[in-house]
Amino acid sequence: MDIKQMPAIDKDTLKSENLVLNMGPHHPATHGVMRLLLELDGETVVKCTPYVGYLHRGVEKLAEDMTYLRALPLTDRLDYISSMTHNQGYCYAVETLLGVEVPVRAKFIRTMVCEMSRIASHLLWIATHALDIGAMTVFLYAFKEREFILEQFEALCGARLTVTYPRIGGVRNDVSQEFIDSVYDFTNYFPSKVDEYERLIDRNRIWFKRTRGIGVITAEEAVNYGLTGAALRGSGVNYDIRKLFPYDAYDSVDFDVPIGTHGDVYDRYRCRMEELRQSNRIIRQCIERLPKGAIMTKDAPKVTLPSKKKVLTSMESMIHHFMVITKGPINCPKGEVYVATEAPKGELGFYFISDGEGKPYRMRVRAPSFVHIAALPKLCEGGLVADVISNIGSIDIVLGECDR
Amino acid sequence: MGTDEIVERIKSRFPDDVLSVTEFRGQTGITIHKKNLLAIAGFLKNEADLNFDLLRDLCGADYLNKRAPRFEVVYQLYSIKNKHCIRLNVQVSQKDTHIKSVTSLWIGANWHERECFDLFGIVFDGHPDLRRILMPEDWEGHPLRKDYPVEGPAVEWKGYDEVLKKTEEYKQYQWYR
Amino acid sequence: MINETLYNLIITIIKIIVVLSVAMLHVAFAVYFERKTIGHMQRRLGPMEVGPHGILQSFADVIKLFFKEDLVPASADKPLFYIAPVIGIAATMVSLSVVPFFNGFAIANIKVGLLFLFAMSSLGAYAVILAGWASNSKYSFLGGMRSSAQVISYEVSMGLSLVGVMIMAESLNLNDIVAAQQNFPTRLYIIPQFIGFVVFVLSAMAETNRVPFDLPEAEQELVAGYFTEYSGMRFALFFLAEYIGMLVMSSVAVVCFLGGWGLPGFIYSIFSGSSIFISILEVICFLFKLYMCMFFYYWVRSTLPRYRYDQLMSLGWKILIPVSVFNILITGTIKMLVQ
Repeated sequence: MDIKQMPAIDKDTLKSENLVLNMGPHHPATHGVMRLLLELDGETVVKCTPYVGYLHRGVEKLAEDMTYLRALPLTDRLDYISSMTHNQGYCYAVETLLGVEVPVRAKFIRTMVCEMSRIASHLLWIATHALDIGAMTVFLYAFKEREFILEQFEALCGARLTVTYPRIGGVRNDVSQEFIDSVYDFTNYFPSKVDEYERLIDRNRIWFKRTRGIGVITAEEAVNYGLTGAALRGSGVNYDIRKLFPYDAYDSVDFDVPIGTHGDVYDRYRCRMEELRQSNRIIRQCIERLPKGAIMTKDAPKVTLPSKKKVLTSMESMIHHFMVITKGPINCPKGEVYVATEAPKGELGFYFISDGEGKPYRMRVRAPSFVHIAALPKLCEGGLVADVISNIGSIDIVLGECDR
Repeated sequence: MGTDEIVERIKSRFPDDVLSVTEFRGQTGITIHKKNLLAIAGFLKNEADLNFDLLRDLCGADYLNKRAPRFEVVYQLYSIKNKHCIRLNVQVSQKDTHIKSVTSLWIGANWHERECFDLFGIVFDGHPDLRRILMPEDWEGHPLRKDYPVEGPAVEWKGYDEVLKKTEEYKQYQWYR
Repeated sequence: MINETLYNLIITIIKIIVVLSVAMLHVAFAVYFERKTIGHMQRRLGPMEVGPHGILQSFADVIKLFFKEDLVPASADKPLFYIAPVIGIAATMVSLSVVPFFNGFAIANIKVGLLFLFAMSSLGAYAVILAGWASNSKYSFLGGMRSSAQVISYEVSMGLSLVGVMIMAESLNLNDIVAAQQNFPTRLYIIPQFIGFVVFVLSAMAETNRVPFDLPEAEQELVAGYFTEYSGMRFALFFLAEYIGMLVMSSVAVVCFLGGWGLPGFIYSIFSGSSIFISILEVICFLFKLYMCMFFYYWVRSTLPRYRYDQLMSLGWKILIPVSVFNILITGTIKMLVQ
């Protein structure tokens, strides 16, 4: 055909449409059952809409029908890769509500196991985050140390993931000397392992290119979005519940809060890597300063259970045990508390409304992952598809916690 | 700034809106009327010496047969600069479940409000995208209300019935019979 | 006359059968080699169950893939869906025909061997693009699009990186290139053509969709990219094509830069009497170099993260192509001055 005979191209009728890509609920990089609806112009993300709720189990509703003691295992299932900190957050919140003071030894043990749990969670995070960006070796390197921690948990309380080890008023059982020895030995070599992970990726040009300047969020925006944890600290805001509202033994151990500057994926990564070392420091100090004494409070008989031996030999203890199990803590005060703890993902808040019965009238879980996923469109829009993956990795989400 | 001073500041600025102040375990909650919520929230956020820039949490509560305005929306505020915190309890009646959205002040309230709408049926006016978030979009009822049964509704959600029907239909493709 | 043609035909067919079956076996062991190498690099053992040290694992995998149900998506473009893996495997296998495994042995000792290799590796991109298009899945489609852009870009830099070798050897025949290296003072072109070698290795990784350029099949982004929808034997064909592609690219690197089948000079003088023994040594030498290259692929895979799509394109167009053009300029100038 002669070129002159060809119809002129009308720029108004020529239009391109954005490609709508449904990422998830089954996708290797969404870290669970989350769905992202991406609108793509070529490879650029124009719009990102997260959909959550696939794992919604109604934990808050269930807890309203359970006593304070029975609702504790529900918190294991929130963040199943760091259940220790979630148990601790729940127990600390209930203790605050009921006015229970925990023995010092139990505080130190709790702090120690929670920091171990934080290390395990961060190791899983660096493993999957690096795998998402394509560095697959870090995954298996990090899993070895994580496996060690999970084995220690198993030795401590018989469970690897859903531990239910911290209890209201203390911890379930005392730590053995072997446990302490092996964990102390672990703290000796763990910092060198962190160096090893960093050597694998940290000064790699491709890693820089994939993480620096990606998913930038300024300090003001991050605060406005309600981000917490390493996601907020990566933007340069010094906000760590362990320092601001010290709970358990955090006021008697010495540690630093790493803070980033740029608020990009790389700074969030740096913060968490540094937190691994700080957690290691905390564990060491906890072991070194571990005091002797009780592991379960004796001041609050109406909250805690009597010992099994007493239950089997004494009638009163039997009745007491029965009452606490069936009715929950007796003579609960009326009131409402919001108690936050620093979970590996961010601020984990428990908000209780008590009407004086043994059950929470309302239990609200402020899950960090939920808030972080809400900020995902801000991080992803304008970037490329590959950046979506690094952003999901960098905010460190667990969908069990997000959907509750 | 101590919590008492913060309460005084709010009381002096909005004398008619503060209904009560509760203190429990060292935490202070201010119960306010929903009418002036946006003004109070804006005041709390933008005043330099208050500067509550972090909305830690936003959730609903249902006081069925316990209190006169049935619902409450609870805001947990924190100031990163001044390191103080406060709780706002905003009362919402059963008749009029509308309340102003605070997304214009804290973007982070977006999903919390959606969740509150989803689970309590409280409607946030001015919210950019008020949809169900945790429950399926065609779900009926608001699960965290006290009159909602814990074991779930008597009638099965129709989405689940569809899935069951599909599994029956796909059984014809099984290689074993 | 007819007898001679028939004889040539039979000889060629035997050669093809030998080379293809060796290549197929090679893939089985290349996969095993990769899994073992990467396993040990990652503090684990790799396959251990089937056979001693898991050496028969690949055969177990092949048997499994053969017997898996061959699923075709309902909305797929069926003819293209069927033909795409065949194109992929055919293009890579045909490339094997020009590779000289020892002195004078190649299925087709053609004059434009190198050009033929380029043509075939470009043809392989069709498999990826068609698979991505025919699957009628958005992930596959994105993978196919990425692949077409990537292969076109890196084809250029790969071609340019080998121009230096062509200038030095004054031939496109792979056997001649090896022979020219034998007569060259350093005996290997990697020393004068180091820039070309680096560019070639990077481009070859991009051509074969290997880490850090495995964007078309970026597992964490696009699930599996262009072969997301493939299962069973069709999936295995893509797998086979990828590994034979690696084999071909490694052999090009060996032939053009690492001296091919060429042995050190003193060995020729020692064993000058028995040509069969020399040939065997040449094959061993060639395979040794080949597996060194393959090992390098695996090593990179277990070390590096993945590039982003735009970074990959800018690396190709802004760095590799100018560098290889510069290399051609230098090589040509020196060649002219020497003559």
